Amino acid sequence: MPARGKPTPVPTPETRPYFDAAARGELKIQRCLDCGRPFFYPRPCCPFCASAALEWITASGRATLYSYTINHRPAPGFEQDAPYAIAVVQLEEGPRMMANIVGIDNTPDNLVLDMDLQVTFEQRGDVTIPQFTPAGTEAAR
Amino acid sequence: MSGPTARPANGGDVVIAGAAETDAVGVLPEHSTLRLHVEGARNAVADAGLRMSDIDGIASVSAPGPIQVAHALGIRPRWIDGTGVGGTSFLLHVRHAVAAIRAGHASTILVTHGESGKSRVGAAYGMLPPSSPNAQFEAPYGVLGPPTMFTIPLLRYMKEFGLTPEQLAYVPVAQRKWAARNPRARYREPITVEDVLNSRMISYPLHLLECCLVTDGGGALVITSAERARDLPQPPVHILGTGETFESPLISQMEDFTTSAAFRRSSAEAFAEAGISHGDVDHLMIYDAFAHVPIYGLEDMGFVGRGEAGAFIAEGNTEPGGRLPLNTNGGGLSYTHTGMYGMFLIQESVRQLRGQAAAQVPGVEVSVALGNGGMFMAAGTLVLSNRTA
Ligand SMILES: [Zn+2]
Repeated sequence: MPARGKPTPVPTPETRPYFDAAARGELKIQRCLDCGRPFFYPRPCCPFCASAALEWITASGRATLYSYTINHRPAPGFEQDAPYAIAVVQLEEGPRMMANIVGIDNTPDNLVLDMDLQVTFEQRGDVTIPQFTPAGTEAAR
Repeated sequence: MSGPTARPANGGDVVIAGAAETDAVGVLPEHSTLRLHVEGARNAVADAGLRMSDIDGIASVSAPGPIQVAHALGIRPRWIDGTGVGGTSFLLHVRHAVAAIRAGHASTILVTHGESGKSRVGAAYGMLPPSSPNAQFEAPYGVLGPPTMFTIPLLRYMKEFGLTPEQLAYVPVAQRKWAARNPRARYREPITVEDVLNSRMISYPLHLLECCLVTDGGGALVITSAERARDLPQPPVHILGTGETFESPLISQMEDFTTSAAFRRSSAEAFAEAGISHGDVDHLMIYDAFAHVPIYGLEDMGFVGRGEAGAFIAEGNTEPGGRLPLNTNGGGLSYTHTGMYGMFLIQESVRQLRGQAAAQVPGVEVSVALGNGGMFMAAGTLVLSNRTA
């Protein structure tokens, strides 16, 4: 990996199942067994009722584009991508997460709020991270 | 706009008795971060007509933090507050100082800010631990500082409420009109909506002139009881109401991208404690790291309805001669922005209430300051007045 490559997340015991699932091509999020609500990001207890009784569910991978910015001053490792969108997507299950929008030029005309998206995955060092691409396009894998 | 107000629940028994900034703000490559704290502190204590030995409480943000600042100044405090929640921290320090003085934990508290935001002399480099949620779930997507995160909610707001790029661009135009009257402001030349829209794109949809400055500077406050302040030289600024809260450490987890829950909750609490309504407010300061933040602030504090703030500003209501003077020092967009800008909100509110501002608004009796910490992460609100009720 180049010295100033894109950041690679360092999983913790609580987040390891999320990254392990991503490596298998699955988007997993947590759901509370007490109040039933799904949430993101992975953590040791439910943010709605503080219960520690949690399960991992496999998300459909379908999402919509909630909001984004197009960054013209690239972070280290993103020089070749600029300008690139930093988006927040809304999963079909409800929770939202940050992602890049891949497989499409990141222009305001192309990126329309509420457009349908589909999860895809990107290898980042020895970790795999979820990304999103417009629904109906050929996903990376 | 002052009208009859209910008697404040707290009676305004704690006041800001001293307030001052560093001798200069802007580009100060010969000033370390610590020197900015010390210079602001010495100026504020002198402004209060006190000696450093009168100070028995210290609040500041790391780094360098309250211990280093107090040690450098020779203060031996019996009360310490190092609350660090970003740029609004100083508003929280004021709130905590009110409680400490009422409790008798300190009598005279110094709140300091110093930041070498531009020159980076002795500055802290904020690095989140790689295991933090931010590092795991946002950094991999290419975020780099506030311009890449604070801006993300804005397109959703624009879609929901029809805010136009021209209305957004008018925010720095209006504030530049105030800066033109302030000799200390970094940028004072008038600008137009076209100038803003033609400036370099930083983080779509925000252009360079819709982003705050990056400067060096500092400031400090001296807080004590109204009783003690009676013998001091400056007109006291009574702290009538305060609020503090947070929403989310990750911008992606903000509940609704069209409104800041932190702004709403913090401000509602401060207004309720002060017993004031919006019509009582003569002067307003809202943290303006980016052009959209005052728009959220005006709506979340309840000065206008949802989706109305862009038009409210574009119609001239917040500029010189308008009915709700906003960010009268020129704001972070034109005056100065060291990184943790909140101290400068309070400084300008104090100057306006004392009648000492460069762009003085006539007859200010109630001033409100809304601070932001992080990227819509935390908020603090102060209701300040030159009268007790
Ligand atoms: Zn729960």
